[in-house]
Amino acid sequence: MRAPGETAEDAITVADLNETAKLVIEGAFQRLWVKGEVSNFTKHRNGHWYFSLKDSSAQLPCVIWSRDVRRIPTAPSEGMAVMAHGQLTIYPAQGKMQFMVDSLEAEGEGLWKKAFDETRARLDKEGLTDPARKRRLPRFPRTVAVITSPDGAALRDIIAVIARRHSGVSVVVIPAAVQGETAPDSLLKALDRLARWHATAVSPPDVLIIGRGGGSREDLWAFNDERVARAIAACPVPTISAVGHETDFTIADLVADLRAATPSVAAESAVPVLAEVQQGLRALAGSMADALEDKVQRGARDLRVRGDGLSQRARRLVERRRARVQQVAGRLEALSPLAVLGRGFAVARGASGGTLSRRDAFIPGSSFDLLLQDGRIRALTESVHEDAPHLRSSR
Amino acid sequence: MSFERTLDRLEEIAVALDRDDLPLEDALALFEEGIAKLREASATLSEAEGKVRTLVEEADGVFEVRE
Repeated sequence: MRAPGETAEDAITVADLNETAKLVIEGAFQRLWVKGEVSNFTKHRNGHWYFSLKDSSAQLPCVIWSRDVRRIPTAPSEGMAVMAHGQLTIYPAQGKMQFMVDSLEAEGEGLWKKAFDETRARLDKEGLTDPARKRRLPRFPRTVAVITSPDGAALRDIIAVIARRHSGVSVVVIPAAVQGETAPDSLLKALDRLARWHATAVSPPDVLIIGRGGGSREDLWAFNDERVARAIAACPVPTISAVGHETDFTIADLVADLRAATPSVAAESAVPVLAEVQQGLRALAGSMADALEDKVQRGARDLRVRGDGLSQRARRLVERRRARVQQVAGRLEALSPLAVLGRGFAVARGASGGTLSRRDAFIPGSSFDLLLQDGRIRALTESVHEDAPHLRSSR
Repeated sequence: MSFERTLDRLEEIAVALDRDDLPLEDALALFEEGIAKLREASATLSEAEGKVRTLVEEADGVFEVRE
């Protein structure tokens, strides 16, 4: 028996040949990695990507089907050195060898970094990452919303930390897938739920923690999704992002109002320690009481100062009076009869010490004292006469 | 008034009380208000009971937080 196509009569169709060639090629090559530079990259509107991998002497046509495109962070740039994983095959319709790529990696951080930078640049341009946009977190939240996996360690950590710090704060979990292809949509849905619930809830949440525990770069990738970032930026309550560990930095971190290094740190940032709040209240009470006490004491001091002023004035008043009294005393002294004695007059005094100023005070035969300026004379009344004409006429 | 607003008001009162030019009568009135607010805040702190619940959206779009 002759093999198909051995003679002109046995010629096979192009389709058969290409199909056969396809099977042979696919059978001959395992899925493998190929490295080269990206060239002639185009995105078809049906979602598939077409490009060539080339080096100095050869090129290989490549395709990435749209279902695989979704797993690739972003399109490679022209000339980028990449490693493509896939299956070598033949595209029968064109009889063309092509490499069906299912994953694409660039040297180092390559594509991930490029995707990150591109998203970041778009958000930067719109001002969504502007630090001035960041809202202040509530200092005393009553309810904390948490968007994360309901089964993850992140949620357990957040609940434990909040319960330890402040037993009065409620946690409302809005479950979401945080890794895998469905994660971005699931996060978006949770964020949308939060926004709608916030608009209608009687006691809406005061703050949102969105995140997950540690994982590989691919695991965390949903938090670099541009749509998720935009939804976080639009969140009606202040947001705390908590993705992975300290070293993991995501787009969500850039748009959230606060970036927490880990979910536990996020919980610490969201909720104050109850004992410290109570301590703060006590301190406030103390400072209010102190301020009032201070005011009362100042009032009392003012009163005292004013009182002191008053008594000083009184003292001065008394002193002024005393000075006047002394002045008057001086004048009185000038008028004293003793001074008159100096001028040659004498005063008669009876036995009882009284001044004898009238003639009927003198009884003939009785003695009296005559006071002079320098002494006393005991005298005897010899006789009493009615008048002293020289004195009377001088009046 | 929210707990946060109550605390803000308390801090305002404490600052106002520290002012030298505040008349004593006003200080007393503020102090009384402050004490009332303190009681309110302490009561809020002690009455709150934290719970962990899950937000559930019903088919009709109504939200419910379930234990």
